[in-house]
Amino acid sequence: MPVERIDGVHLGTTPEEIEEEVRRGVVLTSIDRAVGWARKQSMWPATFGLACCAIEMMSTGAGQYDLSRWGMELFRASPRQADLMIVAGRVSQKMAPVLRRIYDQMPEPKWVISMGVCASAGGMFTNYAIVQGVDTIVPVDVYVPGCPPKPEMLMHGILKLQEKVRTAETFK
Amino acid sequence: MPGTPTDAPLRGSSGEIRQETMIINMGPQHPSTHGVLRLLLELDGETVITCKPIIGYLHTGIEKNTEYRTWMQGITYVTRADYLSPFFNELGYCLAVERLLGIEAPARAQVIRVLFCELNRISSHLVWLATCGLELGAVSVMLYGFREREVLMDVFESVTGLRMNHAYIRIGGVIMDIHEEGMEKTRGFLRVMPGRIDEFESLLSDNPIWIQRNRGVGVLTSEDALALGVTGPMLRAAGVAADLRKDMPYCGYETYDFDVPVRAEADSYARYAIRLDEMRESMRIVEQCLQRLEEPGPVMVQDPKVAWPAQLEVGPDGIGNSNAYIHHIMEESMEALIHHFKMVTQGVEVPAGEVYQTVESPRGELGFYVVSDGGHSPYRVKIRDPSFVNLQATPIMVEGHLIADAIASIASLDPVMGGVDR
Amino acid sequence: MIPAELADRLRGSFVDVVLARDEVTVIVEQEDLRATLATLRADPDLSFDFLSCVTATDRPDADPRFWVAYELRSMAANHRMRVKVGASEADPRVPSVTDMFPTANWQEREVFDFYGIVFDGHPDLTRILLPDEWEGYPLRKDEELGGVNTRFHGAFIPPVDQRTTT
Repeated sequence: MPVERIDGVHLGTTPEEIEEEVRRGVVLTSIDRAVGWARKQSMWPATFGLACCAIEMMSTGAGQYDLSRWGMELFRASPRQADLMIVAGRVSQKMAPVLRRIYDQMPEPKWVISMGVCASAGGMFTNYAIVQGVDTIVPVDVYVPGCPPKPEMLMHGILKLQEKVRTAETFK
Repeated sequence: MPGTPTDAPLRGSSGEIRQETMIINMGPQHPSTHGVLRLLLELDGETVITCKPIIGYLHTGIEKNTEYRTWMQGITYVTRADYLSPFFNELGYCLAVERLLGIEAPARAQVIRVLFCELNRISSHLVWLATCGLELGAVSVMLYGFREREVLMDVFESVTGLRMNHAYIRIGGVIMDIHEEGMEKTRGFLRVMPGRIDEFESLLSDNPIWIQRNRGVGVLTSEDALALGVTGPMLRAAGVAADLRKDMPYCGYETYDFDVPVRAEADSYARYAIRLDEMRESMRIVEQCLQRLEEPGPVMVQDPKVAWPAQLEVGPDGIGNSNAYIHHIMEESMEALIHHFKMVTQGVEVPAGEVYQTVESPRGELGFYVVSDGGHSPYRVKIRDPSFVNLQATPIMVEGHLIADAIASIASLDPVMGGVDR
Repeated sequence: MIPAELADRLRGSFVDVVLARDEVTVIVEQEDLRATLATLRADPDLSFDFLSCVTATDRPDADPRFWVAYELRSMAANHRMRVKVGASEADPRVPSVTDMFPTANWQEREVFDFYGIVFDGHPDLTRILLPDEWEGYPLRKDEELGGVNTRFHGAFIPPVDQRTTT
């Protein structure tokens, strides 16, 4: 039976304890791997396209740069059925509470990609009207810069998020 | 208060069912409201009694921001207002500033401006068709629209370097000449597109579901439209032949041979038909532009106090200053370096005054009210966006009809919230 | 009519007519605004029946401080002009033209939202683009641009209106 040493797992003193620990670690790692793989394969994004980046996001989901290669073509309108929020576009002060509300309505586990410089850091609009970085409102997993980012850049960001999800350790 | 749940019994004392109107909120996050538009609807069953659009969810402060930048940097702000027609924003702004300066861009630059504006009109109408179809449930139209748009994005990217928000049209002309590869790609697009528009028509024009959802829906008569300041395809669908390219031409539009489609039914289907016809007319103009581009010429005005000093060319890592120009300013001429530095950081100085310049954008009359106080920064830039004014017509089109027709009406209005909220 | 002819025609009825850069501007007092717009619409040669744009400019060192501009267009005669009124800093009020031109409804709300100019007679003068509870009128020249003071690799980058280049 393959044995994997997992960092931080306390190994007991007697041989039976050690074997029990190791077996549990292996099982949990396998579950982790399976769960991570399943989660990344079929993430459903919530529609949160705001401005120019939304058009590039729609282009990414359309025929040429196909998002359904990674199981993501189904943009759910209801946040309760989504697990990924791609904040695509500039977030104004009036929209910020709406953004937070939609994020709160998403069930766990959920991830956020901040697409474009306006969502990541306020972009070129350093003024009274735009929230200077959406990470002041919601926790962000991947930042994709660009104004707007090309569909290949968004896909790169999505793949990075999928790597993060796949290797996440949920059960310890 | 209507809409509040109560414990009252469903049947009144005389036996009939108690009815109340319901106030519901559509948006701002909604798959079918065409952007971050919020509608406050009072419904009686499925019929809309009152409709109040609430906007401002994409307010970006573009107008205030231009006052703190140079005139040339203002282009990058203004181009992101109505993000589906960036060339029109740039063109309107640059024409206004050129009128304040009292200069005119060279002829070849005017032809390139017209070429890209018409290509942008086609790409904007394609996004309209795609999202309109998606909102009405015809999902394959979405895929077809974006497929054609990718060909145009390829043309834009090969010439300007960006797919959207190009900052290509500058004060005094355009920033870079169009090269043979760009012209070849445009010719390829012109060969392919007419067949694709025929495909759209065969898919939608006689489709009974499309007709039922669009015919007689969202009617806006010409009196209402003129009173509300509505322009563009919405006004032309009501029978008024108003197109700024013909009425108050700019950039040499009076020398091109094209028609302006007008219909009289004033409903959603008429707007759909007009936009498809406009795509065909735009392709006619693009062909004429390509013929005129056979002759070479300058693309930026020669005045050293106005012209952007750089000489851009495409290198292995993208678009940048040509090596010859860098050699000139760094090795050969100190004056050229100082001039380059001053023009890039301070920019052009525009004499005091105010102008109102309009262009015909895909959505209607796009106006720029630009005020200068004689400095290096704009004093006031007001963008008269067509979607902002057209959206005022929503209550008239929607009230008294079914809520599903409200979606079709707003989709045929083609609002772009970036322009509405700026 | 070409702008020069239009300017000559208007000088017969109005005192302050400016012809600059191929555009005609008429400057009137607040009390005459509605009558002016009505006359310009009713006259068969002028027939300015389409209001394109209502906007405002803030000139803090001029008196009056705020200038509201009405861009008019005639669909039939195919020409344009502008009408400007001034609004003082102490009490910025301008009569509303919403009943004459319904398109001014949202445009006057936007001017109120950005500058705080009150339009008398407007059916629903509330904020339109900014949140309802926003305080201040951001496009006035004495209001800051806003945003955030950024730090970047140890250097302090102030907001745009306090930077020294440009």
